[in-house]
Amino acid sequence: MSRSFRLFWTGWVFNVKNLTMSGFFILNATISPIFFATIAHYMFAGGTRPGSGLLYASLGAGMMGIWSSVLFGSGGLIQWQRWQGTLEYVIGVPPRLIQVVLPMTVATASIGLYSIASTLLWGRVIFGLPLDFAHPAWFILALVAAIVSLGLLGLVLSSTFVLLRNANSLSNLLEYPVWLVTGLLMSLSLLPGWTRPISWVLAPTWGIRGLRAAALGGDPVVPFLMCVALGSIYLAIGHYTLGYFEVRARKSATLALR
Amino acid sequence: MNAVRIFFVGGYLAYRALFNWIHWTMYVPTMLGGPIFQILFFAYIGRYAGSQSDKYFLVGNAVAICALGGIFGMAMTIGGERWTQTLSSILVTPANRLALFLGRALPNIANGVIVSTVGFVVGSLLLGVSFPAGSIPAIALIVVVSSFSCTAFGTLIGAFGLRGRDIFFFANLMIFVFLLFCGVNVPLDALPTWMQQVASVLPLTHGIQAARRVADGASLGDVSGLVLTELLIGLCYAAIAYALLRLFEIDGRRRATFETM
Repeated sequence: MSRSFRLFWTGWVFNVKNLTMSGFFILNATISPIFFATIAHYMFAGGTRPGSGLLYASLGAGMMGIWSSVLFGSGGLIQWQRWQGTLEYVIGVPPRLIQVVLPMTVATASIGLYSIASTLLWGRVIFGLPLDFAHPAWFILALVAAIVSLGLLGLVLSSTFVLLRNANSLSNLLEYPVWLVTGLLMSLSLLPGWTRPISWVLAPTWGIRGLRAAALGGDPVVPFLMCVALGSIYLAIGHYTLGYFEVRARKSATLALR
Repeated sequence: MNAVRIFFVGGYLAYRALFNWIHWTMYVPTMLGGPIFQILFFAYIGRYAGSQSDKYFLVGNAVAICALGGIFGMAMTIGGERWTQTLSSILVTPANRLALFLGRALPNIANGVIVSTVGFVVGSLLLGVSFPAGSIPAIALIVVVSSFSCTAFGTLIGAFGLRGRDIFFFANLMIFVFLLFCGVNVPLDALPTWMQQVASVLPLTHGIQAARRVADGASLGDVSGLVLTELLIGLCYAAIAYALLRLFEIDGRRRATFETM
């Protein structure tokens, strides 16, 4: 148990540091959320809907940054290991593949903390946003739940995207649709009814609901529990698909080729 | 005559050589699918905020997405020559530099127009927005001019690729700058004065304004000032880009740094 935890901790710390040194991830996790928060702020300011304010825009844009980090970081994770020539080592080491990959995907979600921090700081410094959260303790819990569940969603992405030749293009495609269908900057009731089940199975939907409820007022318990439940399901799926990928790659000896 | 050949044939071959890895399974999701969802995303936020009409967001974003091809395409075109170690081979030739670099821009301008056109068509269908039939040729012209100005700006970023290592960071950043500053989703007069001043010298700003007015019924003559300003901004960026390409070429020769990564 302690060995698994040490492996997770070491891998997580290393990958957070690694991603923090990447200009691309810093752009996606820190700078782009500020641009989107500013756009949303001006759109809400020029609109007619009361109550959609700066904090709403800050939280939504922050969650957009977390999703981008997970999508590009976890979606391309196996492929990047392959390009760097480290995939053989990742698979060849004694710990199970999931124990090595999980800290990496959670790390991609964790640097999303920069997104929330940067958009809240932006709101506070530029627009004087008061950071008076309705349930401060729940806000921290909701943030942790959102990050862990998105990290586990990243596990699913990393293990399924690798089976696709053009996974990068899928990452490019899926950024805006998930922002849209999870209602990060708007109400889901505006979307057609058939999109609702898609929203429900995506962690960002519940992550942002939890953050909003904790910050703006509301019940953060259900979104929190949904993040936990979805995270467990993602873990089970990721465990299976990673195992499938490993067996398939070993059998066909295509680990470094696909 | 030779310069014309380099402009067209050289530009075409360079585009094929550098982007031959782009299969349609890569092109469609990245260049067409993602931008369409960008249009929908902002249109739905607009509906939620009650700020502007669907047409406002459709026109703004459909024109703006031509920047994807222009900015990234040119950054990759010039950066790609360096990456594939072919830059020195090109620059050792006596080819006309203007034809050489601007020829590489032409396919990216065309790509920007295709991306915008698909954005307009699919976005209109999905959002139920219609345009007066007479406005379509004028909007098409505005898209061509906007795509040119964005590609000129992309050439400027690409020029820095002769010196800098990570121009893609800057290319990515500029896409976000355009989204915020150029009136794509927020009316320019809602932005602070300093942002309006920055917007006035960026590509897209005047093109989007012109396209919106034409979509609302204005004639091309009514917006000719805006279109010419967009064109002029593009020409200015193209001139600066060319000057920088020449400067960095000379400096690269002197310091032997063309192939230093």
